[in-house]
Amino acid sequence: MGDVANTEIIPMPRELAVVYNRADRIFRRIVTSGALTSLILLGLIGIFLFVKSAQIFNDRGLSFITGSNWTAGSGDGVILDDFSIGPMLTGTILVSLIALIIAMPLSIGGALYIEFYAQPKIRKVLSTLLDLAAAIPSLIFGLWGVVIFTSFGERWSALLNSRFGWVPFIRVQNEIFGRSPFLAGCVLASLIIPIITSVSREVFSRTPRDLIDTCYALGSSRWGAIRTVVLPFGKSGVIGGAMLGLGRALGETVAVYLLLNIVFRYNFRILESEGGNIASLIATKFGEATEYELKALIAAGFVLFMLTLVVNMLAATIVTRSTVRK
Amino acid sequence: MSATVTDLQQTIAIPAPTTPWRRTRGEQLGTAIIFLISAVAAACIVLVTGLAGVDGFGLTLFVIFVVVTFVRTIRMNAKVRKDEFIKIAIFAAAVLAFLPWMSIFASVVMKGARGFKPNFFVGDMRTTIPDDELNLGGAGHAIIGSMMMVINATIITLPLGILSGVYLTEVRGRLTFLVRFVVQSMSGVPSIVAGLFIYTTFVDFTNSFSGMAGSLALAVLMLPTVARTAEEVLKLVPDDLRSASYALGARQWRTSLMVVLPTVRSGLTTAAILGVARVIGETAPLLLTSLSSNSYVFNPLGGPIGSLPTYVFGLLQIGTENAINRAWTGALVLMLLVLALFTTTRFIGGKDRR
Repeated sequence: MGDVANTEIIPMPRELAVVYNRADRIFRRIVTSGALTSLILLGLIGIFLFVKSAQIFNDRGLSFITGSNWTAGSGDGVILDDFSIGPMLTGTILVSLIALIIAMPLSIGGALYIEFYAQPKIRKVLSTLLDLAAAIPSLIFGLWGVVIFTSFGERWSALLNSRFGWVPFIRVQNEIFGRSPFLAGCVLASLIIPIITSVSREVFSRTPRDLIDTCYALGSSRWGAIRTVVLPFGKSGVIGGAMLGLGRALGETVAVYLLLNIVFRYNFRILESEGGNIASLIATKFGEATEYELKALIAAGFVLFMLTLVVNMLAATIVTRSTVRK
Repeated sequence: MSATVTDLQQTIAIPAPTTPWRRTRGEQLGTAIIFLISAVAAACIVLVTGLAGVDGFGLTLFVIFVVVTFVRTIRMNAKVRKDEFIKIAIFAAAVLAFLPWMSIFASVVMKGARGFKPNFFVGDMRTTIPDDELNLGGAGHAIIGSMMMVINATIITLPLGILSGVYLTEVRGRLTFLVRFVVQSMSGVPSIVAGLFIYTTFVDFTNSFSGMAGSLALAVLMLPTVARTAEEVLKLVPDDLRSASYALGARQWRTSLMVVLPTVRSGLTTAAILGVARVIGETAPLLLTSLSSNSYVFNPLGGPIGSLPTYVFGLLQIGTENAINRAWTGALVLMLLVLALFTTTRFIGGKDRR
């Protein structure tokens, strides 16, 4: 028996010669060029923004990223143009991180609730509403944040400040709590919660049912099953979702514009009524910008573009890897 | 012989299926009663101590509920107790996660209803200032402008999105991985950057802000959504269908165009609708490309044009009472549009599954 298996040639898959005729080749070419538009478009965005703002990077070098002034010159040489986005860059990251820190536990909790705790009827309603919530325009979040949320947020800020005022991040200089990074972060958190929740729920729902049932059969509690099977299984998907949320938070314009007081000063006190955000900066200054200032704004846009691109590429890689492995 | 078998079967009581994991009526009632008692206790505490507001009430309720659960489970074993506490924590997290958008739905409907009158859909703001009574003026020009820009964006995006989808599922060239990766990372391009890009190219080139510029900026944002949905939909086409077509002697182009694409017609409609839903509320790119206008503009190249998001945004910046009310109504219309689009996709999707 063994001899036979050794001597017999194992059949290899036949190599298929695919022949495309002319019509096929034309079709493939058209489709390929159509698919490449997104590639070209992404390249063009980067190139155009860079070319239009090259002068700024050339003039200011690295101090464009680190400096903290945004002064339009008077044109007669008395006051010089001085544009840099240091506080805006750190502010963008600060607000987004606040949003992410608030949103992560809540989203995971929400996703676990929908997937494992809610009654089937409630689950159906909630997941439909969740899809809808992920599609609410950010403008509406901003409107809600300004009119409804601010009063709550200010009270929480005051409470936090009076209890934990000794923590350096929470201490404030002026006790005006409106339009602070914390408030903007909260509204951004509510904006990205639907996104992270729906990605997480999707991943959790793909956990193999038999693994969960095995846990129960071995006498595990529901939390035991979640901790040992569901969370490890969904980890990379949840991280990918979080990165998507972070990318969204970094690039958000109107909601932050409406809820953050843009001030050109480095500020890491999250309850202080001042902060920075590149996207909002562009929206704020665009209307009355001089030609040179416009270039600076485009440069700021380029920095933001690169920042979000890196985050999103990481997210895309993580998500792809976590779905491929299955 | 056969008679005995039937007899035997009849005598053995067939056990009714049980669902031991399901909570009984009594247990559910118990939870509800505990919850109710906690709520009443929390209300009392809030009223007495002056922990004002809905948030104070929620916090007190949470603390009381935790204490009650602690007392209730004090004699159970550690595993069950931990499970109970985690359950409360997850429930609390879920409530906090869902509260913001529940609140948004509710507030938009309640506050927006005030200005939801016929004149909102036909009037414009040429002779009305934002602070006028709500029965004057309207957002007809903004609605028309939004529609026009979104439709133009769809006309640009849909073919490109479908081609991307076809490339990723049918043609599967060498760049498949790269295209998929780029589409995925492009979906995260900040909307304001898309606006800046069109500003530095199209607006600079034509030397005027216009509806067409707005459409192009929206198209940049819409493309990834449409391409991704198209790919997902095309993936669902069974391979048998393609094989059958090839077996009948069809070439690849005929298979793709006449077999695969027609099967997913409704799915591609869904892709377009999801793309529209993605961009209909985008404000930031329009601030840099189409600006806004107070009257009806029908020419996509005829200068600044109004749109629903910029209309709401402009009113918010004015910030007087009636302006804010108008903004809420605009938000309500936007949300109803999104809702209508989503309902349509559900309807189409339902038809597809049969």
